[in-house]
Amino acid sequence: MPQLLKLIAQRIALGVLLLLAVSVLIFMGTEILPGDVAQSILGQSATPEALANLRRDLGLNEPAVKRYFSWLWGLLHGDLGTALTNGADIASSIGSRLFNTMFLASVAALVSVPLALVLGMLAVRYRNRWPDKLISGSTLAFISLPEFFIGYLLIYFVAVKLGWFPSVATVYDSMSFTERLSAVALPATTLTLVVLAHMMRMTRAAILNVMQSAYIETAELKGLSALKIIFRHAFPNAIAPIVNVVMLNLAYLIVGVVVVEVIFVYPGMGQYLVDHVSKRDVPVVQACGLVFAAFYIFLNMAADIISIISNPRLRHPK
Amino acid sequence: MEADTALLQVRNLQIGATVYPPDAKPHDIEIVQGVSFDLPKGRVLGLIGESGAGKSTIGLASLAYGRGGVRITGGEVLLNGHNILESGKKAIRGVRGSQVCYVAQSAAAAFNPAHRLMDQVIEAAREHSGESKAVLTQRAVALFESLGLPDPQSIGDRYPHQVSGGQLQRIMTAMALCSEPDLIVFDEPTTALDVTTQIDVLAAIRNAIKQTGVAALYISHDLAVVAQIADEMMVLRNGLVVEHGTTQQIIESPAQDYTRALVNVRAIEHPQATDTQKPLLEVNHITASYPGSPEPVLRDVSVQLQPGHTLAVVGESGSGKSTLARVITGLLAPSQGSVEFNGTPLSADLAGRTRDDLRQLQMIYQMADVAMNPRQTVRTIIGRPLTFYFGLRGKDKSKRIHELLESIELGPEYADRYPAELSGGQKQRVCIARALAAKPQLIICDEVTSALDPLIADGILKLLLNLQQREQVAYLFVTHDIATVRAIADSIAVMYQGQVVRYGPKSEVLSPPFDDYTDLLLSSVPEMQVGWLDNVIANRRMESAGH
Repeated sequence: MPQLLKLIAQRIALGVLLLLAVSVLIFMGTEILPGDVAQSILGQSATPEALANLRRDLGLNEPAVKRYFSWLWGLLHGDLGTALTNGADIASSIGSRLFNTMFLASVAALVSVPLALVLGMLAVRYRNRWPDKLISGSTLAFISLPEFFIGYLLIYFVAVKLGWFPSVATVYDSMSFTERLSAVALPATTLTLVVLAHMMRMTRAAILNVMQSAYIETAELKGLSALKIIFRHAFPNAIAPIVNVVMLNLAYLIVGVVVVEVIFVYPGMGQYLVDHVSKRDVPVVQACGLVFAAFYIFLNMAADIISIISNPRLRHPK
Repeated sequence: MEADTALLQVRNLQIGATVYPPDAKPHDIEIVQGVSFDLPKGRVLGLIGESGAGKSTIGLASLAYGRGGVRITGGEVLLNGHNILESGKKAIRGVRGSQVCYVAQSAAAAFNPAHRLMDQVIEAAREHSGESKAVLTQRAVALFESLGLPDPQSIGDRYPHQVSGGQLQRIMTAMALCSEPDLIVFDEPTTALDVTTQIDVLAAIRNAIKQTGVAALYISHDLAVVAQIADEMMVLRNGLVVEHGTTQQIIESPAQDYTRALVNVRAIEHPQATDTQKPLLEVNHITASYPGSPEPVLRDVSVQLQPGHTLAVVGESGSGKSTLARVITGLLAPSQGSVEFNGTPLSADLAGRTRDDLRQLQMIYQMADVAMNPRQTVRTIIGRPLTFYFGLRGKDKSKRIHELLESIELGPEYADRYPAELSGGQKQRVCIARALAAKPQLIICDEVTSALDPLIADGILKLLLNLQQREQVAYLFVTHDIATVRAIADSIAVMYQGQVVRYGPKSEVLSPPFDDYTDLLLSSVPEMQVGWLDNVIANRRMESAGH
């Protein structure tokens, strides 16, 4: 057990270190962009005096290292700063946006992950027969289509023709859970179709790889049914590669949903980020970048830790 | 249905597969060509043969199973009078794991690493019998106990990696017995074990068979092992029955030449060289450990080897014998001690050795398969050291390659073949030629015959002895096989837990009085006689009672 704990502690420490490194990169990245916030707030016609005044008010004249540390200090206290463009507190603006994004991602994940695993196992059960080809073919077709195209297809058929779900995923605070669910149905479906193929194919490949093992033959010679063999004997040994791909896709559901949010006019993190990039609102961009990076690092770290725990040799040392 | 039918009747069984050679059209081959036999209840039939004889294939056919692309193409397998080959998938599943169970060669690979042993042991019985988990667990614990496993109550809670290879093999036998089947197929169950472990597992399996009265097919390439367990034996070759008779008859009066050859295998005589010269290789007080582990793998090991002689380093897995070879070749630098060659010390690590040092000391490995680049022809493989050490090119190189092929008893047409086109024995011969090409004074042979069938291995040993006479090359022979040691060694070092426990000329090391470990090792080697196992066990009981 101590070895296991040590490995997990190592992964967590590495994650924290990585997040710190990313914060430096984000800060540096926004630093070397041409132009600054004062320029973009005041526009092309601003006088040099007005620019200088604004820069002094915003603290842009301080040295970069000092500004980084005061930014980091704020972050550690939950203070993401204020948006330069409208003076709003970034933490509270992000709060509701992040909740919306997480809600959409969770719905998509709760559907897509179990579906991908089940489809992957079925594909192994009927490998090289028609159910396998149908599953592989259709999921591959969906991943090949650009997500905005899938989005518009769904809007046209499901929202406009059938009228089952709204085409615009507007959500507000007073909505009940089921109303929310109905609002995000189409964007969640789009996301599910986008991430399904990758996870399903990895499940299939990882399990097929394990199916070559001698202990699968043992299970067959015990007279177990094919599905039992796949689920009970192959799947537990294929968890590590599958979890890695699942986590990558979960990260995509949070970080990569910009296009889908725009199509369905969904008030999530993606839209918020895009809005403020175009306004050169550096603190907001930094904060969003850091939140995204944190999710990415956290999910990959979780994948690593689950892989470690799924290894019986580490869980139960000699 | 006849009255008094045998439990298992195999009638004219034919099994085939499609092979896909690299540069030819796929074609069908016959693995088993019309084999028939009866196995009455409670009897043990030994299936003997070399690899490719079809013995495992026949064993699996009695579970209506074909490994890989293997197809059962004809004949009948009657179990209690029912032809299981004609049963539906569901009926076949009902036979497997309930009426017929299988014990695989490598239990370490055959157990699922993700589940506890107990869950796996009772799984088949739960699937088929409908007994409760508690009842089956109790039955499994009783089996663990009768198979002589330590902590029978709790060993089932462990995972496969937490028990030793010999224990796993016994647990696998318990797994087969737990379903209370009519028939168990044992497929080389002790082949992967050390001899001193093999004897215990063998005794445990035999007792279990006797106590439960289960019938068994016992598959092995080792005639001496099967002789201890089987009532009858069937010798197979290339998918055909060579001879079928009682164990007594097969061992004591074999009717066929092939069976006689199997019985007399390892009858090579090699007179022990006694001349004393200045030693070629001196290993002085070597202590070595692998990076990252403080525990030394070798402790104060000293041996000597004279030019043109053979030193056999013998021991079980984990004894440090292969590590010694790694230290001598410079692959692992020792923490203490030195290696001298022709009176001058060799650099401890590989980088510090001259090209001539490297040339003088060649190596042959256990797995000839992976010791050769599969994309290179035999010509390239043997030619490389000729160019590297002697700068040979063109005609001179070709001539030398043909000489080398001749010395390993292969024709010149083999020069343009790839490793995949050679048999196991031929591959090992090419590896020998590659080592010889450097004209070394010392060749380290690391378990060079243990992956080969006995008759093929004999051929390789004879070849090595002939080459030694002609080229005056010395061998350091790393092996776990006492029969090999008897056949080729001039002197012997017995290793146990990283130390040399016995060392000297062959005649001394193999004659009493023995130290405890050497005694255990020598007495554990199966002998080609019926009743050997009984005698050994009786002797050991008496000794332990006497102490």
